[in-house]
Amino acid sequence: MWKRLLLALMILPQAAAAAAQGESPPLNFNMPYGVTAASRDAYDMHMLLFWVCVAIGVGVFSVMIWSIIRHRRSRGAKASQFSENTKVEVIWTVIPVLILAGVAVPATAVLLKTNAESPEPDVVVDVHGSQWKWQYAYPDQDISFFSNLSSTSRDAGRVDAQESPANVPYYLLDVDNPLVVPAGQDVRLRITSDDVIHSWWVPQLGFKTDAVPGMVNKMDIVIDEPGIYRGQCAELCGTGHGYMPVVVEAVTPEAFTEWVAQKHQAAAEENEKASAPWTREVAMREGEKVYGSVCAACHQANGQGIEGTFPALEGGKITTGPLKAHLDIVIHGSEKNPVMQAYDKQLSDREIAAVVTYERNAWSNDTGDLVTPQAVEAAR
Amino acid sequence: MSQTADSVVDQIEHDHSHAEPRKGPLRWLLTVNHKDVGTMYLVLSLVALLVGGVMALAIRAELFEPGLQLMQPQFYNSLVTMHGLTMIFLAIMPGLVGLANWMVPLQIGAADMYWPRVNNWAFWMLPPAALILWWTFFMPQGAPGTGWTMYAPLSSTYGPPSVDWMIMAIHIMGISSVLGALNIMLTIFKMRAPGIKLTDVPLFTWSWLITAFLLLLAMPVLAGAATMLLTDRHFDTHFFDAAAGGNPVLFQHIFWFFGHPEVYIMILPAFGVISEVVPTFSHKPLFGRTSMLYATGAITFMSAIVWAHHMFTVGMPVTAQLFFMYTTMLIAVPTGIKVFNWVATMWRGSLTFETPMLWAVAFIFLFTIGGFSGLMLADVPADYQYQDTYFVVAHLHYVLVTGSLFAIFAAVYYWLPKWTGHMYNDRLSKWHFWLSVISVNITFFPMHFAGLAGMPRRIPDYALQFTDFNMLSSVGAFVFGITQLLFIWIVIQTVRGGRKVGDRAWEGAKGLEWTLSSPTPYHCFVEAPSRKTVDEEFH
Repeated sequence: MWKRLLLALMILPQAAAAAAQGESPPLNFNMPYGVTAASRDAYDMHMLLFWVCVAIGVGVFSVMIWSIIRHRRSRGAKASQFSENTKVEVIWTVIPVLILAGVAVPATAVLLKTNAESPEPDVVVDVHGSQWKWQYAYPDQDISFFSNLSSTSRDAGRVDAQESPANVPYYLLDVDNPLVVPAGQDVRLRITSDDVIHSWWVPQLGFKTDAVPGMVNKMDIVIDEPGIYRGQCAELCGTGHGYMPVVVEAVTPEAFTEWVAQKHQAAAEENEKASAPWTREVAMREGEKVYGSVCAACHQANGQGIEGTFPALEGGKITTGPLKAHLDIVIHGSEKNPVMQAYDKQLSDREIAAVVTYERNAWSNDTGDLVTPQAVEAAR
Repeated sequence: MSQTADSVVDQIEHDHSHAEPRKGPLRWLLTVNHKDVGTMYLVLSLVALLVGGVMALAIRAELFEPGLQLMQPQFYNSLVTMHGLTMIFLAIMPGLVGLANWMVPLQIGAADMYWPRVNNWAFWMLPPAALILWWTFFMPQGAPGTGWTMYAPLSSTYGPPSVDWMIMAIHIMGISSVLGALNIMLTIFKMRAPGIKLTDVPLFTWSWLITAFLLLLAMPVLAGAATMLLTDRHFDTHFFDAAAGGNPVLFQHIFWFFGHPEVYIMILPAFGVISEVVPTFSHKPLFGRTSMLYATGAITFMSAIVWAHHMFTVGMPVTAQLFFMYTTMLIAVPTGIKVFNWVATMWRGSLTFETPMLWAVAFIFLFTIGGFSGLMLADVPADYQYQDTYFVVAHLHYVLVTGSLFAIFAAVYYWLPKWTGHMYNDRLSKWHFWLSVISVNITFFPMHFAGLAGMPRRIPDYALQFTDFNMLSSVGAFVFGITQLLFIWIVIQTVRGGRKVGDRAWEGAKGLEWTLSSPTPYHCFVEAPSRKTVDEEFH
């Protein structure tokens, strides 16, 4: 550990030089102005308070610095002995109260505005946080998918990574399936969690809202401009807290309609495939996809897990042991370790059948099992 | 004097028949002397500062550049958790209690604490609690990775077995704090030398009196939260389990009802220290003493009704958000009064800049910056952005490190000559100050920017645009950490020897402690100071 640290310190000048050459992304020193009313209000409040603090700071600190320079004994300053002045004390109690009232008025107005619900949102999205991914469901469009950290970020973020994070575009801020919403329309997010508390945050959208199990926090937004906006989970939610980014793609309403149609078509194709015979090949192909979006966050794409935290699936006791125990832990979760959650609600019979088949036959695992959706249904 | 501690102290005097400490290593285990207990608290605080500091440096080393270099994310989370708990419960709080043990009896002319034996017990509960807490690193699945805030259900349903031991340690530390608080409170109420009215006591002692009440309010609530967590984990009480009708947000309400008074528990005694040091080196009486007393009282009351400002994003009704925004903003008023009073004390004084004064001046500057970011955080619409980012990390370290810790340094440099009879090495102490004050800003100031630019807190790895801020913070942190070794060396040097100081080590200092010889006799004020002495020192 110390060796690496020493190494890190040694490359510091190099890193600084690289930064000076402008190779790293531009530095942002301030809160983004953002693309929603909420973000602009937050920015305005932030800047108002900032300047209020600067003004008070300049006042207080200049008096102090004046004293430090002029009233020092080494300059022959004689101490006066006053210790009270009611007038001054009243003034510096009343003035701060007035300043605070001056700040509180706009803050109250903005807060009431931000928390107001729009009467009829155009699009509703149910946002579910879970360890460590987001699930977006559009109840009116009948679309639902998981949003996972992109595999490039995941690979570069490992302790023994081959790839440097510097070469990964949007490192840790990139997902496989972003949330897609129409720009310029009222979007209602209904945010909740399936396990621990998460927090859904995109700085450009101006707010974060906690995803609390058992609670639905509503947030109404209108995104002004099409674009891709990135953020992260903001509430410590366990091992993968730093690895569940939020990516929002705001598109034109037409593009949104098109996207919805595409999703529907893709779902129809999936359904069609589902009617095809259930073969090892099909199961492995689908299983790999499910594995990548649901399991790889912990057990890793190569099935090695993370020592001491997430068990390896390659050559694992459960993945190469009796099938019943394997299905059981995927469907009902682990009793010993709640981080291994129950997937009975998140995944369909077919998906579970596919992913279990995959896990039992991927890497060097070679059980030869083909798990059928019927077997999963029976095991539920 | 006719108070109860006298009988105990008398008995000790009788047993040993002289005013010397017990010989041999048992001295420290059995001591009921407030100075010994105070010293032990301070030593524990220093040890915890090092342990928690090493954790912080491990964190900063990992965050030096993007990617994971040194540790797995779970271990990182454990470090974050243990760093917070160690610094709060084992470094800052015992440091301040240690100062109280030493100075409260000396400042009010008392022979010892009201309950000397309880005092010993309250201290000796802490080392086992510390060991339990640190031992969790070696437990199956590692130390808790829940953050010091232990939010359910991450700590209940999803917590590793070591969470139980963390709860145990918190209970022990809580009992110790409550006993310490009662003891300090009773000492101030019952053992003031004749002629010292309650409103006359020096501000350090006054601050501790108020803090003691706050401890009695807050610590049992923490114990309640921790117990509910424990029963949720093992006895299916489902307080915080949404699936069974509980509410995870309930935990946050209970926790922060403790948690916010807790931050004032860590800063009020620090205010007290600054109110002692600034007048001494301004050679001028403290400005607005009465308003200081009232401001402290107002802060204490208000600190109990601001807790949910830690939870603005959790989904509270808008009226509750408004209420907590207003109360939080209002608390800036009495805090501002304190800062204005210190500045007015310096105004037209005759300032000298011995090391304690340097720390105190740095405190006023930097704590005020922490106060500004606190005011910004109070503004709910902006807080939707600030919440849980590095902006908060910057804020809390400005009030805790450059606030509480700097005040503890000021206090140690201020009273160390009194305790040991020796002056510290002036040149080294200036090095310690300047290196610390520069590096601490290099460490924590860039965190404001990282937070505003969108970096969430408690993440083991970060996106590339935060790299420069983090590199800077890490470099600053290592300089700050290593600089503190200098402090240890300075203290050891001073204990061992150095220039002898007179009774009144600082010519501008007032207060009963300066009427005692230096070093302070092992037993002092066995007879209460005379009315004449009291009048001279207090008026």
